[in-house]
Amino acid sequence: MKSLGSIRRSFAPWADPKSVPFIAVKNVTKKFGDFVAVDDLSLNIYPREFFALLGASGCGKSTLLRMLAGFEQPTSGEIILDGQSLAGIPPYKRPVNMMFQSYALFPHMTVENNIAFGLKQDGMPKADIAERVDQMLKLVKLDKFSKRKPHQLSGGQRQRVALARSLAKRPKVLLLDEPLGALDKKLREETQFELMDLQQELGLTFVVVTHDQEEAMTMADRIAVMAHGKVVQVATPPEIYEAPNSRFVADFIGDVNIFDGTVSSVGNGTVEIATETGFTVRVASSEPPAVGAKAGFAVRPEKIRVGRDRPACAPLNAAQGEIWDIGYLGDMTVFHVKLKDGKVIKASSLNAVRAVEDPLGYDQEVWISFDENAGVVLKD
Amino acid sequence: MQRWSRFNIASIVLGFAFLYLPIVLLVIFSFNESKLVTVWAGFSTKWYVQLLHNQALLDAAWVTVRVGLISATVATVLGTMAALAMTRYTRFRGRMLFSGMIYAPLVMPEVITGLSMLLLFVAIGFDRGFWTLTLAHITFTMCFVAVVVQSRLLSFDRSIEEAAMDLGATPVATFLQVTLPVIAPAVFSGWVLAFTLSLDDLVISSFTSGPGATTLPMRIYSQVRLGVTPEINAVCTILIGIVAIGVLIASVVSRSREIQRIKDEQAAFAH
Repeated sequence: MKSLGSIRRSFAPWADPKSVPFIAVKNVTKKFGDFVAVDDLSLNIYPREFFALLGASGCGKSTLLRMLAGFEQPTSGEIILDGQSLAGIPPYKRPVNMMFQSYALFPHMTVENNIAFGLKQDGMPKADIAERVDQMLKLVKLDKFSKRKPHQLSGGQRQRVALARSLAKRPKVLLLDEPLGALDKKLREETQFELMDLQQELGLTFVVVTHDQEEAMTMADRIAVMAHGKVVQVATPPEIYEAPNSRFVADFIGDVNIFDGTVSSVGNGTVEIATETGFTVRVASSEPPAVGAKAGFAVRPEKIRVGRDRPACAPLNAAQGEIWDIGYLGDMTVFHVKLKDGKVIKASSLNAVRAVEDPLGYDQEVWISFDENAGVVLKD
Repeated sequence: MQRWSRFNIASIVLGFAFLYLPIVLLVIFSFNESKLVTVWAGFSTKWYVQLLHNQALLDAAWVTVRVGLISATVATVLGTMAALAMTRYTRFRGRMLFSGMIYAPLVMPEVITGLSMLLLFVAIGFDRGFWTLTLAHITFTMCFVAVVVQSRLLSFDRSIEEAAMDLGATPVATFLQVTLPVIAPAVFSGWVLAFTLSLDDLVISSFTSGPGATTLPMRIYSQVRLGVTPEINAVCTILIGIVAIGVLIASVVSRSREIQRIKDEQAAFAH
């Protein structure tokens, strides 16, 4: 598994202008009556990529997936798979397979026959089918359950049957619609890593639709954040989290504190913003907005320090407030700090030691502070 | 355990008596020695023996079974197709009219259905007999099948059909290998319903049958007009027996299946 990790780190075909996308979605629009589900959307997905479509329900992510599978036809635009246009090709002739959110197992067939279904449609010889089914059962560790029917399996086992069935035909692309949605938290976390290993092992392209940001962050090489039928940002999980390109993405992914203000000075790769909260932030920015422009400053809770002492950087990147709420989560503690103007911000700190001698308490006067590169400037 | 109050006992006894007393009397008197229906003269099975020699009655039974088998099967095919059309193609022109027309025979007085079909057969010069009878039975049982199958299709998870197509099955293969097996129990119970409705229909049959195609209910009815004989009681007892056995088998099968399913689910979660 060590080698897989290193492959993964150096895997970035999207950064290479010479690489050819495996799936190219070109200006695709899908309308249902007057409702625009997918709005002039373009995307490139590369071979062997684990690509996540992330968004709230109704953002068009499932519609896009269903267009890839062939259950819906684009109203306009085109989808190219491996150099071939998918226009007019029915689902049963596409080299993609889908794992359904409800698993959609055939209730009247055994696990074995569920997995063999697609192979039988292709007219594969019986001996080969048996061999492939065996292989798939081992892959998902269900060899003991081959003769069972879906209703005789637990939720996690059903999920694995659905996975095995969709992988049995060795599709070029596997589409996964909320693959872990129906599993409980612990099982979901385990399965996330299993899916990643499987994708690496088989060298397939995965496109997963999810509304669970943690799931997308954990598994995907790149995430497309979608809203109202459009892609808001496509980037790797660290980029999405640390450098959101808009207020929407910053707010959608993880917790964030946003300070609105006006740009007061720009210089030397940094920008200073006078916030409405009353303090000035200086933040690193490669493409700073103009002086006098409205801008927002977004900073994640874990990048804010909370302490009793006045930090050295004050009055820049620091503000005074009092502890309003404390949430102890075990691995970390979340503080809600009420600043002087009444704005409540979130700050979290890792509980790296078992017992702090003099922990911060309710109503205590504290300073919050952060580094110049702790947050990002939002221009919208 | 709840106590049995006098009121409970009384209502149960009355309820059962209301439903079954006539049937019990009928069964008892079918074993009557006497020819008089209302006077008990000792136990005998002679009416059952005599039944075997009543050729007219046996012929009528045979007609009834044949009409039932053919009409139930054709009605099941047509009714299933209608139900599929109603649930799948929800936006075609005239859908409301079509659905209304499918269900109209459910509430239409049988006299009207029978009479209108009689008029049709006369108008097109179709000689009344076995086939007109069968056609009429198909017509009035089809809508019952459509109702049964449609209610199953409403709770049908379409994603399994999508999964089948996704795995390379053509629409026809998907229907035959996935849809039909899954809705088969509903289709089968639609068939059973159509068969029993056809079996005991009297009104529509009287309008649409012709010489040589007399069904059992028609034969019984015409004999009763000449006076109830213990022979009729015997035929009815046999019919009751057949229906009771059918119902018993159906409920035992579905119940044991239910128990098996619950056991399976418990086993799955114990792992």
